[in-house]
Order: sequence, then structure tokens, then C-alpha cells
Amino acid sequence: MYKYDAIDRQLVTERVEQFRDQVSRWQSGELTGDEFRPLRLQNGLYVQRHAPMLRVAVPYAMMNTAQLRKLAFVARTYDKGYGHFTTRHNMQFNWPKIEDCPDILAHLAEVEMHAIQTSGNCIRNVTTDQFAGVAADEIIDPRPLAEILRQWSTFHPEFAFLPRKFKIAISGTKEDRAVTWFHDIGLQLQVLNGEIGFRVIVGGGLGRTPIRGQIVREFLPWQHILTYCEAILRVYNRQGRRDNAYKARIKILVQALGVEEFAKQVEAEWAHLKDGPATLTQAEYDRITAHFSAPAYERADDIELPSEKAFARWVHRSTHPHKVAGYTAVTLSLKQHGIAPGDITADQMDLVADLADRYSFGELRISHEQNIILADVKQSELYAVWQAAKAGGLATPNVGLLTGIICCPGGDFCDLANAKSIPIANAIQARFDNLDYLFDIGEIDLNISGCMNACGHHHVGHIGVLGVDKNDSEFYQVTLGGRQGNEAKLGKVIGPSFSADEMPDVVEKIIKVYLENRHPDERFLDTFDRIGIDPFKNRAYEGRAHGKAKAAQKEAA
Amino acid sequence: MAQLIKNNAVAVDTWKTLELAEGETPEAVALPEGDIIFPFAVWQARKAEIISRYKRIGLLLQPDEPVEEIAVDLDYFIVVALNFPKFVDGRAYSSASLLRQRYHYQGELRAVGDVLHDQLFFMQRVGFDSYALKDGKNAVYALEAGFSSFSDSYQTSTSQAQPHFRRRA
Ligand code: SF4
Repeated sequence: MYKYDAIDRQLVTERVEQFRDQVSRWQSGELTGDEFRPLRLQNGLYVQRHAPMLRVAVPYAMMNTAQLRKLAFVARTYDKGYGHFTTRHNMQFNWPKIEDCPDILAHLAEVEMHAIQTSGNCIRNVTTDQFAGVAADEIIDPRPLAEILRQWSTFHPEFAFLPRKFKIAISGTKEDRAVTWFHDIGLQLQVLNGEIGFRVIVGGGLGRTPIRGQIVREFLPWQHILTYCEAILRVYNRQGRRDNAYKARIKILVQALGVEEFAKQVEAEWAHLKDGPATLTQAEYDRITAHFSAPAYERADDIELPSEKAFARWVHRSTHPHKVAGYTAVTLSLKQHGIAPGDITADQMDLVADLADRYSFGELRISHEQNIILADVKQSELYAVWQAAKAGGLATPNVGLLTGIICCPGGDFCDLANAKSIPIANAIQARFDNLDYLFDIGEIDLNISGCMNACGHHHVGHIGVLGVDKNDSEFYQVTLGGRQGNEAKLGKVIGPSFSADEMPDVVEKIIKVYLENRHPDERFLDTFDRIGIDPFKNRAYEGRAHGKAKAAQKEAA
Repeated sequence: MAQLIKNNAVAVDTWKTLELAEGETPEAVALPEGDIIFPFAVWQARKAEIISRYKRIGLLLQPDEPVEEIAVDLDYFIVVALNFPKFVDGRAYSSASLLRQRYHYQGELRAVGDVLHDQLFFMQRVGFDSYALKDGKNAVYALEAGFSSFSDSYQTSTSQAQPHFRRRA
């Protein structure tokens, strides 16, 4: 993975000192709260419901074990002994003190980590596929270009105060696992006539106004990635709306101009920048790529694994095909039933670090599904990994299943929330606590967000749950049929929202409709696509007064 | 009064910005004597008159006034001031980049409005060379620390035409 060199180290260290100075000027009153706010946000520091929240970047999902152990140290020393992985390759600490944050950042800088631009109206942490570099279906490893983008976007002087936040995702596989259709810029690596380049998608996003991105350029040779992004950002910086934060994302600009006009303006801007000094060189590409060379794999064959049922189940759910024979990528589930999805204790972090050191070349990744991946495990060592992970509560075999829920922190922590999300996830997990049943239901993504900001990616869940605020109480809107990947699509709302108590029943009813109607080998989504939303809708609202009946009930009351 | 930072020092500001009072129009406003920074609308309405009456001309651009429209006039200006109505409004960074890099403006480029310590580093990089630091802020400390937050940068910008990857030994 990428190792800092002199300039990387220097900038991160200087950032810590800059932030230390900003905190002290804020404490002395020299910086007003309003002046300090965007500065602390650009360092990942929020002031939340209970305490500040610090969001640390895990650029394009890669981490080494020294970094994970440092996060464990921070969790123990400055927080309550745990951290939370988000859907965007970040770790969040929920309980640090503001005045400790410069020290925390200094500790992180020692292991080449930072919180730069993890929030605020700037270019955020670039995200990619958690299986980058090892996936069997990979065309090109996206990580070198992700690192190049990280460097370019870090402290970009022209784009530090954009109309709104700006997220870039990059993927290099046949199956898109980086949600590239729903980012401000989505880059899909491809090869055309032997040349490496990107399809450039702009203006996607979840959140309040979910929109699938549109193709601005079908093929852009890789050398032009920075100049082209500059052109897009410049058009956006100049013309994006600044009068209304809800209409300030680039997706709104692309919609307003129309994608043809938007693309025309980008191309016109790019004509000035193209082939300029920011054009990437082969030498730079090679220099960065060298950091991502394959580890020293041993020669091994794919093997027959022990057939013990519990182990076989875990293998089935938790391993991903690897491009090297005899190896596999292992997902450690952070979705133990009853725990906040994505949460990990300091002890678990240490355990994962030990496992990664012993079995996976000292590296790991985190996924936007909020799990951890050991990317290079020898199949012959899977059993040992399973046993250790199981002992640490990291081997719930629910990856890709109903209880492997993606869930934002919601109303328990987040200031913007309309409703709590963690208790809903836990209630659903409790309802579906039977593994046989869970396996019978099969592959299904259930995603929960506590408000329209959609940090829990509810729009692209097969079942999506969104917290809404109705007359000051917490309700949940359910969507069905959303999905990520190449055929990414937004879910459809099934009808009026439900109370928290109703949610496990509602999910169960939806699952029942699927089980009753499925053909052999059909996954939830296949059945849904075949029979449509109505049977689900009817069942979910069965016996529940609404519309005319509700009005009549009210009158009677 | 804002404090002008220029050439690594706090400087005396000899320029006055023409402000239109309520009811005054760019066409009819009286043009005062001295070194004047004219709002874009006044420049547009009275260009010939301004050119004939003033030896030294300044121009003020708001963030929504496109630099493209004054590209051909740049030789007239000794100062171009770009306004930051709020420091979080980042449009003027693009205006500055374009003025310097695309239109090769050589005169003084001044940041005015909500100009604060923690943006000076970025402003300098996109090509500003004078800064009307907001009233009440510590200009001495801004000079000492505000421009040197980082010792180098990855990207190209007005102040560094080559990206870091082309400057590696
Ligand atoms: S989706 Fe809403 S409630 Fe959940 S973390 Fe994001 S902003 Fe907070």
C-alpha cells in the first residue's frame, strides 16, 4: 500500500500544527464560532449531540496494522474504547474532546493518517472498491489513481470552499462496487483499444434528492484525470448554487443545465487545461503504482475446505474470489447482532491487526458496507482465521444477508438525524436471529439512514429504511427494489411511514411475500423485479388503517 | 477599516472603493477624485469616461461577475479587487486563477470582503498579492503565520505552475 514520502509527511504534520493553532485561536476568541466551523469540519471535527465527533480518513479503504493499532490506541485513550466505520471509508470517534483533537491528529500523523477534508464543502476522501487489487473481476487496480486523486485534492487552493461537499469514487472492476453512479464524480476504469482510461460520470448522489449520475465523457485517457477533474470542479465552483444548501450539490447544477450543456462547458474549460503541466506522467503513475505491487504470495492451490456446517456457512458468506489461486479475500462482519452496525471495539481492532499481520500481509481494508476485509488470506488458513474471528465477535455469517445491515449512526449520535437508526437495525437483527432462516432468505441488502442525508445508503438497499420526522416523533419510510452495482437503481417508496415498533413486523411481512412467491434460485431482488411492488405493499399495510379507512377511524374516534 | 496586507507588510491603502448609495445608478453616480476602485457595473456604464479621466484605475468584481467580461480590459487596471461576501464563498478563487493563468493579468490582485487569516494561504496560491484583512483581525499574526501554513503543495496553481510530481528529483 502507499507509503508516505517526504512531502506527504510534511503536509500532514503541518496540518496538525495548523489545526492546533486554529483550535487555540478559537479558544481565545480570536476565531468566532462561525469562522472556526468550516475549518474544524475540513478536519473532520463535528460538534454533535453528545460530544464532538472526529472523522478520520481511510483513503480508498486501505489500512496497515500499525494504523489500525493506532486507532485502537486513540479509541482507548481519547474515546470510550470503540470507533465506528462509516459507509465512506472513514472511522468516526464519537466522544473525543475538542481540545484533544490536535493531539489525536498528531498521533495519527505518526502512522500516516489524517482527518483532512473528511467533512466540509470541499473534495472529500476518494473512495473505491474494497477488493481493489485482488478481485477476480478486476480490469485495472484503481488504487494508484485514487492515491493520485488524494494528493491532488488535498488542500487544493481553488476548491477548498465549494458550494457543497464533493465526493469522488473510482472503480476498476466489471461489477461496480464503489457506487460510482451515485457520486459527484464517478470514474469507471476501462480499457479501450489497449489504452487505459475512464468513463466519467457526473452529478449522481444519494441524499435529499437522489439522482443517478450521467455520463459526461465515455472515455478519458488516464493521463488527463487531473485536468479533467479540475475542469469539472471549476464549472461547479463558479456556477453551483450557493443560495440554498439543499440545492448546492453538483447534481442540481447538472440537472439545471442538462447534461449536454454541462458537458459542453466542461469540455470548453478542459480545452484550456488539457496537456498542461497537471497532465499525469507515466513516471508518476509508475512511481505510485509501485506502492501497490502484489504481496509475496506463496504458490498454493485452491483447496477443499472442511465441511463443518458453521464454518462452511461463514466461508460461503464471508469470502470473495481472489485472483491468485489458493487465496481468498475474507470479510470480517461488523454486524454482530445487537451491536451498532460498523462499530468496533479497541480490542477487536487489535485482534484484527493481529490477524492481518499473521494471515494477510499486514494490510486490511474497510468496505462501504462497514465491514473489514483481509484481502489476502491463504485458503489453508481460513479455518484458523474463522476461529479467531469468531472468538472476537467478528465472524457473524451475515455478510450480504438480511442482518448484515448498513446503518448510519442516526439519532443516537448524529445532530442531523430525524430518527434513530441503530435500534431499528438491532430490532430487525433480533427478529431474524435464526441462522437457518437467515440463510434460507438469502442475499438481501437492508440499508438504514436516520435522515435524508442518506449516510446509510437507504436508497440503494433492496429494502431501504429512512428515518423521518412526523409531528416531532420518529417514523420510518420503507423503499423496495433499490440496488448498487452496474444496474444501480433507487428504491421505490411503498407508502406511508411506520413507527419504530412496527418495523420488524414490516420487514418480516416483506420477507414472507418473497418466500411465498419466489421461484427456485430467485433472490429477493429477482422476485421483486418479477412480481412488482404491489404484493409487498399490500401485505405491509394489511390490517393497517390508511386512506379512507383511517379518515373514517378518526371520525369515529 | 480593513487592514491591507501587501508585500509582506501592513500597508497604507491609497485606494477608495466607489460605493453606490441607495438610489444612485452606475450611469449617474458622481465619479470622485483619487485612486478609485470601480464596481463592475460602473466600469461597464462609464468605461470611456473613466479611461479619459483617471490615470490609475481599479476594478471591483463580485463573485458572480465573470472575469471573461473584463478579459480584454485588463490592461487598464492597476488593481483588480475580488470580493468575498462570505469567506465560505469560494468563487473568487476560480476568478483569480483565471485572471492570472488564462488572462495573464499582471497588476495587483486584491482579496476584499470577508478576508480571514485561515484563507490567506489559498488566496496566495491562486494568485492574490494583496489582502484587505477583515477589521479587528490580527494582521501581525496573519503575516507571521497565515501565508506559510504549508511549505509545499501537490497541485499546480498560479504561484506554482508545476505539480509536485514534475518537480521530483
Ligand atoms: S443519514 Fe442523517 S442521521 Fe444518519 S448519519 Fe447521516 S446525517 Fe446523520
